[in-house]
This record gives sequence, structure tokens and C-alpha cells, in this order.
Amino acid sequence: MSTLQENLVPARSRATRPAARRRRLTPVVIVYLALVALLVVGSVLVGLRGEVLLDQAGIFNILTRATALGLVAVGQTMVILTGSLDLSVAYLIGLTSLVAAQTMAGRDGMVLPAVLLALAVAAGVGLANGLIITVLKANAFIATLGMALILRGYLENNYTGPAGDVPRGFQHLGYDRIGPVPAAALVMLAVAALAWWYLSRTRAGYHMYAVGGDIEVARLSGVPTRRVIVTAHVLCSIAAGLTGIYLASRLGSGAPYVGTDAGYDLESIAAVVLGGTLLAGGRGGVVGTIGGVLILATLDTVFDDLEVDPFFKDVVRGVVLVTAVALYARRMMTARRTRGRLA
Amino acid sequence: MTPRPATRVRLTGISKSFLGVPVLHGVDLEVRGGEVHAVMGENGAGKSTLLKVLAGVHRPDSGTIEVDGAEVSFAGPTDAQRAGIAIIHQEFTLLPHRTVAENVYLGREPVRRMQVDRRRMVADTRELLDWLGEEGIDPTDPVSSLSVAQQQVVEIVKALSTNARVLGMDEPTAALADHEVELLYDLVRRLRDRGIAIVYISHRMREVFDLSNRITVLKDGRFVICAPTSELTSEDLVRHMVGRDLGEYYPDRAKPGDLGPVRLALRGAGNDRVRDLNLQVRAGEIVGLAGLQGSGRSAVARAVFGVEPLTRGVLEIDGVPRRVKRPRTAVRLGIALVTEDRKAAGLALRQSVRDNTLLVRRAALRGARSRARSDLPALLKLVAVVATGEHQEVRYLSGGNQQKVVLAKWLAVEPKVLVVDEPTRGIDVGAKRAVHELLRDLARRGVAVLMISSELPELIGMSDRILVMHDGTLAGELPAGASEGAVMALATGHGVGAAA
Repeated sequence: MSTLQENLVPARSRATRPAARRRRLTPVVIVYLALVALLVVGSVLVGLRGEVLLDQAGIFNILTRATALGLVAVGQTMVILTGSLDLSVAYLIGLTSLVAAQTMAGRDGMVLPAVLLALAVAAGVGLANGLIITVLKANAFIATLGMALILRGYLENNYTGPAGDVPRGFQHLGYDRIGPVPAAALVMLAVAALAWWYLSRTRAGYHMYAVGGDIEVARLSGVPTRRVIVTAHVLCSIAAGLTGIYLASRLGSGAPYVGTDAGYDLESIAAVVLGGTLLAGGRGGVVGTIGGVLILATLDTVFDDLEVDPFFKDVVRGVVLVTAVALYARRMMTARRTRGRLA
Repeated sequence: MTPRPATRVRLTGISKSFLGVPVLHGVDLEVRGGEVHAVMGENGAGKSTLLKVLAGVHRPDSGTIEVDGAEVSFAGPTDAQRAGIAIIHQEFTLLPHRTVAENVYLGREPVRRMQVDRRRMVADTRELLDWLGEEGIDPTDPVSSLSVAQQQVVEIVKALSTNARVLGMDEPTAALADHEVELLYDLVRRLRDRGIAIVYISHRMREVFDLSNRITVLKDGRFVICAPTSELTSEDLVRHMVGRDLGEYYPDRAKPGDLGPVRLALRGAGNDRVRDLNLQVRAGEIVGLAGLQGSGRSAVARAVFGVEPLTRGVLEIDGVPRRVKRPRTAVRLGIALVTEDRKAAGLALRQSVRDNTLLVRRAALRGARSRARSDLPALLKLVAVVATGEHQEVRYLSGGNQQKVVLAKWLAVEPKVLVVDEPTRGIDVGAKRAVHELLRDLARRGVAVLMISSELPELIGMSDRILVMHDGTLAGELPAGASEGAVMALATGHGVGAAA
């Protein structure tokens, strides 16, 4: 998927090497600076209305919004880094919320089996996605779009609305908080930390970067490329499964369209890209993604506080996304020019 | 034939065909520890294929591979790696966003307590870099921050980290600037002195004489000779590389009276890929442009056609200076380019013969001229395309007929200057002759033809004059019917001394 590599760069520019390496602003730094700037501007704007953005309720709001999106986006980061992507997460979230809630059926004793079953279903969908892409060699976009349609068909055929019942005990996951921090947000951050460790410390994680960077180079270096892509998809789907379980605990039941109503498919890809991960793969990471998620969550919270027209909200989100990607592309280009040949 | 103790690798009788086209016929190669063994030959002689057989990338159809006296069979690159053979390909195989150490150990990362042992990876990489005397490269630098020469060092370190004792290098200097080449020589010598067996593919004479202990020459996929470098002269080498007979038929060349005014002229032209180009092509003339791969032949074509525009010097069409910044301008000025890669850049494979033929006319010309299609049958007849009809998709045509459609596409806009890059690559003998006659016919009608070909007999047979490229600029001009040796001498930078 690395079609953007330059072929040959002239001999003269190749010879020169910048003497000192400039410490440059990486996308991760940019995204957190942008987050801080957004929090400052947002506080001022909300403050002008005589309210406070970052009071207990405000922080809680932002983090709650960030929890579900964060879980999906962490998984999405893995597939995108590997040079793939997953459009089926939104329906999978709906499906797993139903699987969890219906298996629990109000019984406390069924919480653990229900969670495990929902995750198993998710892993199965991820496995199918991965195999369709690697073995049948279908393009990831089409393969996961097809999976999304299959899941939608199943959901529409079998459900008309919410179903299942989550026991009170399990609803604590959705509503407990420590100070202004929702317990589930901590779970999300823990998942993100685990994913960060996996990607940046384990061999399998190294291989995801390699496959996304250049699948042919990875293959020639002995990386089991198919296994890496399948693993990324399984992990991505499990992350979507966790999101479904969390949303079930918040809603008290499963809901077929809980994932699609929030647009978690495209939203998660937007968060990943906003966080500085290359859509073509090979570069980026979970840290940036969480930054992207927090920016989107903060924007929403600020707009809600300001009672902004929802259509205008979308316009701003679109502008933010496009600006960010253009900015990263620009930085890449200047880096490339000063550094000479890249690949 | 008992293997000598120092023989690391012996290839015997290696044959390999691709899609029925034989590339190697019973080639032998024997490489010893501590030697640099050069493999030479013209473009298409089978050098790279031989190296890929050694690397386990291609399986030979017949023949044996022995490593340290024991016969082996490689199912893939990993097997060859395990046997101690590593190859540095023409294209770099590094991930720009990852660090040096991460690249070196890609696919073989050391693991400790579930985690990649980064400390060890960095330390081992540093040790290898030090061993090579390349302390200037930091294992934690991202590869994208290194110069091309340093990236090549990383490639070599990557190969050595597998404990390779046989190292194949395919045109390792192709991407390097002059001062970097010296550094590479130095590195190759150090590797040799440390007992590594090196298979060194190159078609640069000077490099081979500077570096190698022995030379094997291939021609048209056959083994020609293997001899110590000290026993060969560059004249011998050129003779071994090109010595074939010119038994083919080519159309008559232009007579002095056929030549018209200068249609295409370059004066001091250049860009990032080529420099100091001075050339003229007259109406009625076919000028051959020779040179080795990477010498800038195709870059000239791309520059004239505005794909990679000229940044210096003057380009004149019919005596008028023009700035050609993009192909569209070139087409409007009457320049046509038949690209090297017919399938990727010459044709819309899933479209019909008719749509492909009218592609340029519709795209680049304005008004009524773009709509005129009454002459389509005449065009197709002129180039003699064999197709079921004008609506057949071109992907179903043979290579020769596809190439005829490409030519028809350009004839549809009646070019003044026609640049053809490898016009007969991959097409059969009959179609080849048809293309040759068509080109000559066009020249007779007043088109100026600039023809690039790596097939020397074709180039010499067709051209009224031959320009030879070397290292991004013109190395010299030869008259019609010059010898292959003379062309090769100029193309390998061997200078005028060996010219016939």
C-alpha cells in the first residue's frame, strides 16, 4: 500500500545530508498541542457565556465521549498501521452489545460468560475480515464494507430495537466514576496502554509497522505478512467488541444501531488519522490516536455547551480533520525534501 | 570436480524460463570466500536473474546449487538466508520510518521476556557497523535521515546480520553519487578481506576492474567465460559481452537527400536526472539513443515530453524555443512519446482499440480536430493492427498488436517528433519488423524519430546516427552502422580509446 514512495531522486540532492538533525514537531506533538489550544479556546468561549468548560461535569463529559470512540479507535489504529482498515466496526459494536446483553439477560452470574461470548463473536468477525483480505485477496475497503453489510442484514432481520437486559451490577462499568473520571475511561486508557506496549515493544507490533510500511519489504525480510494482517483485524474487532459491551452497560440493554448511530466506523478512522497515523500505514501510533479522540470529544462538548447548530458542528469537524491531514502531509514533504531519498 | 576448499557456492547448469521465454541457459558460476566475483553482461543477459536464483527468489528449472560442497535447494529467500547467502537488491528494502536497528533485524527481532530486546538489537547493530568501520551511523536513527550511501551500508549490515558468508550485490553503485562510490569500494574490499564471498553485478567497466578478482561474462542468458580479472582487458570483455552476429534485416536507412530541417533540438538542456544535453534530430531521420540502464536514456525522453521537464537549457521545435512543462504541452507542439512500459503507461488496457487510438486526439486537441474520426480505419490499417474489430479491448491483443495501437494513438495527432522508448520490447519477430518498417516509413514522411533501445543490434540496424548516454549525459555520437563494441565502450564510460 505504499504507493507514495519516491522512485529516484537526483544524484546531487542524495549526496547532501543535513549535518544536524532537526528536532521536529511530530504529529503526536502537534495533536497534543492542538488539544491544549482547543481546551484553552473552548474554556474562553464557554467562559464568555458565564459557564466553565473544565469543571467536574465538563471533564466527565469529555472523557465519557472519549471512552467508546477511544476503544474503537485503538483497534482501528492497529489495522490502519498495518496498511488495512475496518469499516465493519460500527455494526459489530451493535452486534456485540446485543450478544452481551442477551446472554446476561439480567443475571449477575452471566456477566463473565456474556463478555467472553461477545468478545469471541468479535474475534470471529475480525478473523473473517483478516482471512478475506489475506487469503481471498479482497481489498480491505471492500472486504470490511461487505462485512458491514452482512452484519447490517443480520441485525435488521433479527432486531427491531433494543434487546437483552444488563444486570444492575454490570451497569457500574458504565456509570461509576472516580472524581471526574469515569471508570470506563480508565479501562479505555488501560486498553490503549496495552496496545501501545504491543505495538512499540513486541515483535508482532514491529511487524505491523513493517507490513504497513512496505508489505513487499516485510515479506522479503521474513515477516509472516498474512498472519500480521489477520492478527491486526482480530485485535481491531475485539476492541470494537469491548466498545459494544461498554455501550450495553451504559444503555442497560443491547441496541442494534448503537454503533452506527454514532458513526463509529468513519469517526474512528478520522480519530486515527487526526492522531497522525498515515492512512497508508507504517507510521503513527496509539498515543496520537488518543489525542485525536480527545480533540473530537472536546469539540463535541464545547459545541454542546455553546449550543451550536449540529450541522455547523460537522462543518468544523470536517475542517479540523482536513487541516490536520494536510498539515501532516506538508511536514512529511518538507522532511522528505531535506532528507533526500526515503526508500 | 572436487570442490576446492575455498569454494563457497557453485551454481552448475542453471536454466530458467519465464512464461516460456528462456532467460538463463545452463549457466555456471563458482564463487570463493574472500573474492569479489564480478558478473557482467549487457542488459537482459540474465545477470539479475542469476542472482535471484542464488538468493532463492527464483527456483531454477534445472541445474544445481552447492553451498560449501553440499547440494541445496531453496524454497524461498529464507532458505538461502539460512545457508548464509544474502542479496542486496537494486531496489532498497528498507522501511524509511523505522530506525536502522529495526530495519537490520526486521523479521528476526531478538525477544526477551515477551518484548523485543531493543538494547541488544541496537548493540548488535552497532557492533556490525563498527566492524565495517561505519561508526558514523547511529542504530537509533530513522533510515529516512540517512544518505543513500549510508542506507546502502544499512542494507549491507542487514545482510551480514544473518551471518551471511556470501553477499550478492546487484548494481550497487547505480544509486550513488561519485564520491559515495569510492566509499562503497572501500567497504566491499573490507568485506572481501574479512572472508566474505561477494558476487558483484555491474556493467561499469571501471568498477569491475577496480574491484573484482574474477569475472564471469553472460550473454543472452548463456555462460561465455570465467577468468581472473588480471587476465582480461576491457576490449576482451566488450567482445565477450557483445560478440554476436548482425544477421537481421532492417529497412534502408535515410539517404542524405531525405533529411529535412532540424525538428527537435536540445542545447545545454538538463534537469535533475540528465545534464548538458546537446542534440538535433532532423525531419526524415532516425536517431538512436543508446546507453545502459540508468544512464538517463529514458530520462531524456521524459524530459522532452514534459514528464520530468527540463530545468536548464533550451528545447526547440522547428527552430522555435519552447517550454514543455507537461505532456499536454508536448502533444500540442507535436511531440509524441511511446513509453517504455506499454501496459502501465501506454494503453488503457480495458478500453477498446478505438478508444485507445483516439485517446490522445480527444484529450489534447481542441475542437473539430479532436472529433474527426473518419480516418480511424485508415490509421489502423497503416499500423496493421490485427484485432477482431475496433471495439476489442486492447488487453486481449498480443504485445505486438498492442504496440501498434500505441503507435496509431500517436499517429492520430500527426506528430512532428516521435520519441520511442524500447519500441519492440517483448514483442515477437514479425511484429518487431512491422514496427521497424513503420518507424522508417514515418521518418520518410518527415517525422523526426528519436529511438531508445537497449537491444544494440536493433539500435544499430535502425539508426541513421547513434548518440550514446553515460551517467546522465551524452558520451558521444557514432555514425550509422557503428560496431556494438564502439557503442558499449562509450556506454560503459570506457571512453574513446576502444571505439572501433
